[in-house]
Amino acid sequence: MTKKLIPVQEAGVQAALAAFLQAVLTRDDIDMIFTPVRMRSGAVTHALVADPGILAQADPLAPVLPVNGAAQMARLTVREPRKRIAAVLRPCELRAFVELVKLKQASFEGVTVIGIDCLGTYPVPDFMADHIEAIPQGVETGAIKPATGYRFRDACQMCEQPVPGAGADIKIELLGADLRAGVPVDVPEVFADLPVLRDGAEAPGRAAAVERLVAARTARRDADFAETREQLRSGGGMGDIFAACIHCMNCQQVCPICYCKVCVFRGQIFDYPPEKYAAWAGRKGALRMPTDTLLFHLTRLNHMAVSCVGCGMCTEACPSALPVGQVFRAVGADVQAAFEYLPGQSVDEPLPLVTFKENEWNEVGEE
Amino acid sequence: MTDPIFEPRIVAYLCNWCTYTGADLAGTSRLQYPPNVRIIRLMCSGSVDPMYVLQPLLHGADGVLIGGCHPGDCHYQEGNYKARRRYINLKTILESAGFEDERVWLRWISASEGARFAETVAEMTEAIRALGPNPLKVAWEVG
Ligand code: SF4
Ligand code: SF4
Ligand code: FES
Repeated sequence: MTKKLIPVQEAGVQAALAAFLQAVLTRDDIDMIFTPVRMRSGAVTHALVADPGILAQADPLAPVLPVNGAAQMARLTVREPRKRIAAVLRPCELRAFVELVKLKQASFEGVTVIGIDCLGTYPVPDFMADHIEAIPQGVETGAIKPATGYRFRDACQMCEQPVPGAGADIKIELLGADLRAGVPVDVPEVFADLPVLRDGAEAPGRAAAVERLVAARTARRDADFAETREQLRSGGGMGDIFAACIHCMNCQQVCPICYCKVCVFRGQIFDYPPEKYAAWAGRKGALRMPTDTLLFHLTRLNHMAVSCVGCGMCTEACPSALPVGQVFRAVGADVQAAFEYLPGQSVDEPLPLVTFKENEWNEVGEE
Repeated sequence: MTDPIFEPRIVAYLCNWCTYTGADLAGTSRLQYPPNVRIIRLMCSGSVDPMYVLQPLLHGADGVLIGGCHPGDCHYQEGNYKARRRYINLKTILESAGFEDERVWLRWISASEGARFAETVAEMTEAIRALGPNPLKVAWEVG
């Protein structure tokens, strides 16, 4: 890897990054670019871009994450023939992508990952209402503050992995840098001769800025975990937390890890014969309808919590404003600890539920 | 609505090759065990999706027993090793999410261990009786 600098001109950081992506697209070994793009309406979407002209609208820094791009990248890579794609991914998108590769729903084949430091994203409605400034205060020091009057998404506030990890071929290193001077980027040797790049070095304050941000986010995460666990263990627990759930399954639909094309809960196995509902109502005194809401959440936890990357898409998608992601992350952290597994770190580390050792938990089942 | 005399209802998912045969042996050997268990035969403990365990717990069971072949003896080589990990996953999630994970048991019981099957059912019935009725099955707001 080589440290380079993407020069920033009058037109600003967005234009500089767009120019960088345009340069990447000129390479013979890259066919298309997957990146957030700002549309005419001002909305931001992920797009697979073939036309260098449209790349001028690329906006990897737009502080919004409407969907987790990993699920979209899975569509682009799951089978042959594949194009050679350079994909701009935030750290939580990259972690989800690694999990999807391990779940055999995506592939790194032909993919060049352009990882980017995540400075935090706002809920889509806030972003759409105000087109909040992309670069928050505190990038240089790591003491990042959201725009006045706004909050970062809950998931972002508690995200302790804001820097792209394993799997990123190119890293856009915002933290610690004075972005008016240029955007530091870490590229493999073969990309070092891209015409837009200048010689660069790691921003002197980077390590300290990353450390500071990670420490603040970790503290926030731990406080959030403590609060969620307290709620789960007191009173009506998870039943109370999900009391207002309307069973729309948006949370499952947007979760990058929930890859099943048709979730079992959308099938007909939970359409019981009418007398069954009546019998349950008779026994319990009443039957909550639609039924199987808690079963849905508990089953989803069993199927995917070990791979939850904490992107918070579920929380954003919930029409009842339930803290779905907080619950899934807190419970996920416990299962991940039980299996000593951290999702999204390495494609070589097997998924806990598809592997086993003969010699483990030997006491289980023997009492 | 608590039962005046609480008789635990236990759903048992038993592997065809071992525990189910063990249960059969317990029956043919006329071993006494509590009638609290409803047996469902599966081809392997590795085919128990967590949903099979959760659904009864939310709809009326007080406990769920999974019975499989001893490690090393699975008819399909690795089904029970995977079942063991799914069990750890399920128990950890139930505990973490504030539910009584001690209502779910996994036991390795071979085809020749009729007595162990009878003892396990007796032991589990008493343990669940001591826990009391599963709160999820009476709470109308959950389920
Ligand atoms: S459960 Fe929520 S936070 Fe976890 S990976 Fe899925 S969408 Fe992201
Ligand atoms: S998005 Fe919210 S309301 Fe819809 S199923 Fe998930 S938790 Fe329930
Ligand atoms: S065949 Fe009995 S546990 Fe797999």
